[in-house]
Amino acid sequence: MPDATHAFPHLPNLPGVGYKPQHFSDILDNPAPVGWLEVHAENYMGDGGRPLAQLRVLAERFPISVHGVGLSIGGEGRLDSDHLARLKHLCDWLNPASFSEHLAWSTHDSHFLNDLLPLPYTSDTLTRVADHIDEVQTVLGRRMLLENPSSYLAFAESTYSETDFLAEIVRRTGCGLLLDVNNVFVSATNLDYSPQGYIDAYPLDAVGEVHLGGHDEDEDDHGAPLLIDSHGCEVVDPVWALLDHTLAQSGPKPLLVEWDTDVPDWPVLADEARRAASALTRVLS
Amino acid sequence: MTDQTSFHSGLLNPTVPVPDGLIDARHRPAGRRYGVYRNNVTVSLRDALAEGFPALVSLIGRENFDHVARAYLRHAPPTSPLMMHYGATLPDFISTLDQLKHLPYLADVVRIDVAMRQSYHAADSTGIDPSTLQALEEEHLLATTFHFAPSMILLRSTWPAGSIWHYALRDGAKPTGQAEDILILRADYDPEPYVLGAGSGDVVQALQSGVPFGTALESGGDAFDLAALLNLLLSQQAITDLNH
Repeated sequence: MPDATHAFPHLPNLPGVGYKPQHFSDILDNPAPVGWLEVHAENYMGDGGRPLAQLRVLAERFPISVHGVGLSIGGEGRLDSDHLARLKHLCDWLNPASFSEHLAWSTHDSHFLNDLLPLPYTSDTLTRVADHIDEVQTVLGRRMLLENPSSYLAFAESTYSETDFLAEIVRRTGCGLLLDVNNVFVSATNLDYSPQGYIDAYPLDAVGEVHLGGHDEDEDDHGAPLLIDSHGCEVVDPVWALLDHTLAQSGPKPLLVEWDTDVPDWPVLADEARRAASALTRVLS
Repeated sequence: MTDQTSFHSGLLNPTVPVPDGLIDARHRPAGRRYGVYRNNVTVSLRDALAEGFPALVSLIGRENFDHVARAYLRHAPPTSPLMMHYGATLPDFISTLDQLKHLPYLADVVRIDVAMRQSYHAADSTGIDPSTLQALEEEHLLATTFHFAPSMILLRSTWPAGSIWHYALRDGAKPTGQAEDILILRADYDPEPYVLGAGSGDVVQALQSGVPFGTALESGGDAFDLAALLNLLLSQQAITDLNH
């Protein structure tokens, strides 16, 4: 595989979108206001074909963020060394502006579950996650960003708040953070805490990227709201407000709009990116 | 303590109770909240399979497909985060289902879906210039072995699996009941399953095994159309190198 160009060492403080192949021509013809793209690492681990050919073209025009969804950093077992090697191969080839993964697990007993599953926040899990991040950063030879999850439940055994847990991971590993404000809103609603309070306690200095996405609404067994992270619709107003609250403290950041299911035509996604651009303009004014 | 073994145990098995230690904000048992993960896992795997098996979805309908997918994902959860490879054993699994016994050709059609995706993600390659082949003297040509594109896949079915695949997805003609050899070729980025003429499957299989062209031709039989096969292979960039 020939090297992709790597003229973009950092993600810019501009709106980006999660790349979908159906938007390839639109993005090249009319990207405004999109300044960078994010791809799911696992979709680019084939040997060749259109995915890699498109990525090669896009990487010449845009900074690329590689976002892993299958490393199972929060898993009890060892990291999958084959998968880590594939990530290294992709990152070495593409030299992306950013690499990120999730505070979650997805593999157990060699079964991959294709979902981001939760873990309790304890000193044991903290050590394990930090060890895994050390391994990832060592193998990849780059700093990674860790994303906060959407939570639908809590663990009775947890002894850390999520923000304290993330701050301690950053302190131990030197990794950065990917702050998903929709996930904050979803988790805060589901677990009945203040999303603004979460942001106020969050180590914003470590944030290298912010995610925005849509969620669905459901109810739990007691009729309490249960929001589900779906990435299948527009970002709701309270999440945009939470973004404003965040940016007011953090300053401008690279903002990513994720839309992974029921993917709309490009103009709809570009409108969401425009809304993110407005948020960046507000924080600079 | 809720370890990942117990959290995992109920994800693909709805008869397993919600694990202990999972709570809501008021410390009540998580109940339905655990069901969100259960649902996410099943739906995401089912949808990944639906994306990878368009001919199967078309032939049995989405509702039946979802039943098959749910049974399969519990029987054979993915063992790798590369969802592009998930479902490679689905054809064999389908052969074991009593409910689909009346569609004995289905497994072979599903093998085409598997091979199409495999071809889509295969390494890129460049076909030889047709003049290279034409320039060879007959003696040399007969002694030549062929190298093929990694994206080329031969499937041999005792059913008209290729015609059924085209019928399902491309408005092809109603299939007739005869065995078919199917050659998946990817000239650029979009693989296409071609139904081969008589004898071509034997010749391609022989060439793939590395025997010289002259030897491979012997397996073609009387009805074999050499010009048609070479034209197909060359036009679809399938021959990547020749060894004399």
